[in-house]
Amino acid sequence: MTVTTGGGASAPVGVLALQGNVAEHLDALRACGADARPVRRPAELDEVAGLVLPGGESTTLSKLLVAFDLLEPLRARLAAGMPAFGSCAGMILLAREAIDARPDQHQLGALDIVVRRNAFGRQVQSFESDLAVTGIHGGPVRAVFIRAPWVESTGRGVDVLARIPGSVSGPASGKVVAVRQGPVMATAFHPEQTGDARLHDLFLQRVREYTA
Amino acid sequence: MTRPTQTTTPQTGSDGVKRGLADMLKGGVIMDVVDTEQAKIAEDAGAVAVMALERVPADIRANGGVARMSDPEMITGIVEAVSIPVMAKARIGHFVEARVLQSLGVDYVDESEVLTPADEAHHIDKWAFTVPFVCGATNLGEALRRIGEGAAMIRSKGEAGTGNVVEATRHMRAIRSDIRRLARMDAQELYTAAKELQAPLPLVQEIAESGRLPVVLFTAGGIATPADAAMMMQLGAEGVFVGSGIFKSGDPARRAEAIVKATTFHDDPDVIAKVSAGLGEAMVGRTDLSDAERLAVRGW
Repeated sequence: MTVTTGGGASAPVGVLALQGNVAEHLDALRACGADARPVRRPAELDEVAGLVLPGGESTTLSKLLVAFDLLEPLRARLAAGMPAFGSCAGMILLAREAIDARPDQHQLGALDIVVRRNAFGRQVQSFESDLAVTGIHGGPVRAVFIRAPWVESTGRGVDVLARIPGSVSGPASGKVVAVRQGPVMATAFHPEQTGDARLHDLFLQRVREYTA
Repeated sequence: MTRPTQTTTPQTGSDGVKRGLADMLKGGVIMDVVDTEQAKIAEDAGAVAVMALERVPADIRANGGVARMSDPEMITGIVEAVSIPVMAKARIGHFVEARVLQSLGVDYVDESEVLTPADEAHHIDKWAFTVPFVCGATNLGEALRRIGEGAAMIRSKGEAGTGNVVEATRHMRAIRSDIRRLARMDAQELYTAAKELQAPLPLVQEIAESGRLPVVLFTAGGIATPADAAMMMQLGAEGVFVGSGIFKSGDPARRAEAIVKATTFHDDPDVIAKVSAGLGEAMVGRTDLSDAERLAVRGW
């Protein structure tokens, strides 16, 4: 499968490569046939038709976005409708507001959601589980949650793609863990960690729709 | 990576979540801190995690005596002070110290040669824990023995507390070179290689096939400057531990931030030049270690 724009030319997609599990996202995008590239500089951002914001440390990523002059160009591209896909730390950065984040952490505000950072607890509470995701066919996704956030509230125009099942007891029960708003989607878990590229494929469909 | 049985019951402590946290730290810097104030400086500078310990390796060397797990009160204080992951060290083989660290809620346990070993023959059975472990290695065989015992992340040992990068370089080159050597071998040769490396055969076969460790590989031990960090990244490290190098330097906050930036742009000399300018004194460093003072030989 190849990512093509209306003219048939291959539109490159980027993975924000300041810190985090960049290589896994690049692998997943390439497995879907995409021309995937790391993005660390404003000029590299200009060249991509969509951007994945990977898992990593959101405090570190926020700081490096500012230090290397990417924050404002990225905000401008997102405001102009660039498709984006954030996992874990990427979801936190894309959100309008993050609870339990440092007060100086920057929010890209591309998703009208409020997220709670490290919501499930510390590393010993990190877990994996099967999860049904709207729009993903062929069985559940193996979802790996690592010191993961969850979505506390969603604004109008935000579609919920997945929730923690109600059968799970405790405060996590029923919490929203995957969302989409227009060209932007995000998961609290790490689809890039399992070798299952169906969510990346869904993202590349968005890129095709919005760049056609 | 082993795939657990598919289930809707949330599963903690799996390979996926243990090795996965190390994946999220890639491209980042993990800093040794001895109190909450240093932990906050590290977080402000962009550290991806902190290593909580009572004395940095340079002071362990200077003070002598038996080095043990830190006071739980101090570790808890740091866990509460920062929002990034917190690691802490247990002595080699000291499975009870490791249990205590897991119970305190640390995010990674470092079974570390920087502390005085508690067992002369056995490392901790790390599969038996929910918390993931990082272990040091000087060569590929040692790395694979640790992974065989359940380590979810490996760091080169280097020579902690010296400010001298030469041992980290030696260990990173040795690990990477042995991986390349395995990748060129045929199936028969791998049996002999496993014996020579004293490493589990399935891991040797896996690496020959993939050309990489099945867990994340960081560097540690003697990194003192932004250029040190960048060189280790170019030699194949996926991230950097800095111990004494930051808080034994003239301007810790600036040096910490400079090492973070140099790690991200490790292949861009212009960035490294810019962040290295006017950093003040690096830690003094030592090159005169006697054999008895070498920490990297601890562990087997």
